[in-house]
Amino acid sequence: MSAVIDDHGHADHAHGPAKGLMRWVLTTNHKDIGTLYLWFAFCMFLLGGSFAMVIRAELFQPGLQIVEPAFFNQMTTMHGLVMVFGAVMPAFVGLANWMIPLMIGAPDMALPRMNNFSFWLLPAAFLLLVSTLFTPGGGPNFGWTFYAPLSTTYAPESVTYFIFAIHLMGISSIMGAINVIATILNLRAPGMTLMKMPLFVWTWLITAFLLIAVMPVLAGCVTMMLMDIHFGTSFFSAAGGGDPVLFQHVFWFFGHPEVYIMILPAFGAVSQIIPTFSRKPLFGYTSMVYATASIAFLSFIVWAHHMFVVGIPLVGELFFMYATMLIAVPTGVKVFNWASTMWQGSLTFETPMLFAVAFVILFSIGGFSGLMLAIAPADFQYQDTYFVVAHFHYVLVPGAIFGIFASAYYWLPKWTGHMYDETLGKLHFWLSFVGMNLTFFPMHFVGLAGMPRRIPDYNLQFADFNMVSSIGAFMFGATQIFFLFIVIKTIRGGAPAPAKPWDGAEGLEWSVPSPAPYHTFTTPPEVK
Amino acid sequence: MADSISLKKLVTRLLGVVVAMFVFGFALVPLYDVMCKAFGINGKTAGQYEGEQVVDQSRQVRVQFLSTNNIDMPWEFYPKHDELTANPGAVNEMIFVARNPTDRPMSAQAVPSIAPSEAAAYFHKTECFCFTQQVLQPGQQIEMPVRFIVDRDMPKDVKHLTLSYTLFDITARHPPVAANTGG
Repeated sequence: MSAVIDDHGHADHAHGPAKGLMRWVLTTNHKDIGTLYLWFAFCMFLLGGSFAMVIRAELFQPGLQIVEPAFFNQMTTMHGLVMVFGAVMPAFVGLANWMIPLMIGAPDMALPRMNNFSFWLLPAAFLLLVSTLFTPGGGPNFGWTFYAPLSTTYAPESVTYFIFAIHLMGISSIMGAINVIATILNLRAPGMTLMKMPLFVWTWLITAFLLIAVMPVLAGCVTMMLMDIHFGTSFFSAAGGGDPVLFQHVFWFFGHPEVYIMILPAFGAVSQIIPTFSRKPLFGYTSMVYATASIAFLSFIVWAHHMFVVGIPLVGELFFMYATMLIAVPTGVKVFNWASTMWQGSLTFETPMLFAVAFVILFSIGGFSGLMLAIAPADFQYQDTYFVVAHFHYVLVPGAIFGIFASAYYWLPKWTGHMYDETLGKLHFWLSFVGMNLTFFPMHFVGLAGMPRRIPDYNLQFADFNMVSSIGAFMFGATQIFFLFIVIKTIRGGAPAPAKPWDGAEGLEWSVPSPAPYHTFTTPPEVK
Repeated sequence: MADSISLKKLVTRLLGVVVAMFVFGFALVPLYDVMCKAFGINGKTAGQYEGEQVVDQSRQVRVQFLSTNNIDMPWEFYPKHDELTANPGAVNEMIFVARNPTDRPMSAQAVPSIAPSEAAAYFHKTECFCFTQQVLQPGQQIEMPVRFIVDRDMPKDVKHLTLSYTLFDITARHPPVAANTGG
């Protein structure tokens, strides 16, 4: 009897996935879990995007038309939380799950069962978070940065749900990061030395270290909130001897590395894609690795540039100003390396390359507005205006999101076994590119002119630019439904993809057939 | 390459980092106090006065007083005078007045702040109503003193200090005990 069962289990293991829905619930296969992460991230991207549509619809004209201010606050908060923790981070974890074992010649992630658990925590966390919108007091309304005392003394009842949701997301991210580090450090194929690893693997290794360093601090931060709200402590309450400014320090100690957690894997993906379509090896591989590590290190000592106006001492402002500007140096190294990789290359502009090139240009614009914000005296004017909104959307949308789109198009043939429709892909790119710039570029101007963020109404002089922003946002939003269509079309059919669909591509992932078999590298490949 | 012993070791170490960083998050709380003290921000003034007990008649510093009620705090709360002129080394006193206009006993806590922050390390309070909590019965009014010494070593370019108090309603946290007038 037991022999029969063993036989059965063995047969399943050797020949492919289990049948039915339980395959996805119980799977420990890195490709299945990667797929789950990517679909989950895309669902959250659409959900967070629909919140953004509500915001832009309300801001289409001055005055209050569509939603109550209280609900508007919930929309800005939930848009930020869902996009950061639900869309961008899980999408990169999904890419890591799919690609890291393939890129380093490992049969799977090092801790496959934990991998399953870290994914399935996420739907639970977001169910908890989104359910708060339907509670009597409404959902979180204090901004995605949930500053105390807005999120403690003056928070809606549902804040406790929010805190537990953050705890679950944090546990999920930490387990995911431990898994990535264990996989990269322990499961590399023979001959794959650290300095031979593809850059996507390198940037993820560094990102994973950032995650295990700062997610526990976020967990501590929300735990302190929980204790202030329910157990009578006064971490953030001045009346009891605490300090709300302390909250901002603890939050941004997590928050600043967090923004690099969202961009470093995109740096890695772009560093895979640009050499492929330039048909040249990446310029300055070693400097890319060191630049990434420097950015990660610097991210820990710049957090107070988010709080120049709270009243930190002059010497502190100067330190955080110069440390922040220092980040431009390793980032500049990266941008110049990407440009040098393209220099005199045999360039072609397939969809992944279009997204990657747009990434380099538009991310640099976001970087430059970041430098403007880093100037402490100037920041007093920019603080809490739409200029800040323009800045971080320029680094997150054409940065993180375009990096994810580029990766998706680049590796879709490997995942599905079909080529995506190049014409549709290019259309998706151009609609996204135009929509995104229409949305966020005018925000620089209204921000510099003094339009405050997170307010559902505005003065008449901002009306035209806001209407342009809203039109761009509707365009960008609708375009992403089109992306869903392209992906489904690619899954269901299309030209069969060869093992290596891009003639300039390098790396172990292209040595396995397309679509990648359920089990790959069960015997490690030899890397020379 | 994947020998399970080293995997176990690695994961244990990484979990150690996670725990350490969780603890570090809480360690930021006392660390923040230390930094505030070092930089003189957040109302952290200097401790006991240990300088010369001699009044510096050659120099005068204007000390301004501000009082603010935190949101929803109904008490009347104000200094008797907006400012005074202090000689470094001398003991000065200012009386703050608080009155509970409501019909229920309430407790309050005043939280100080001082500007400019460079001067905080040279400002010594010998007595302050912010050291304790105040309990007022309905309609009761009290006068609360703050005594301070401006340090003789305070940088010469500081000619003007502002001492500000924000009054918080802490009735929910510390229910007032009847007949305790506090002080």
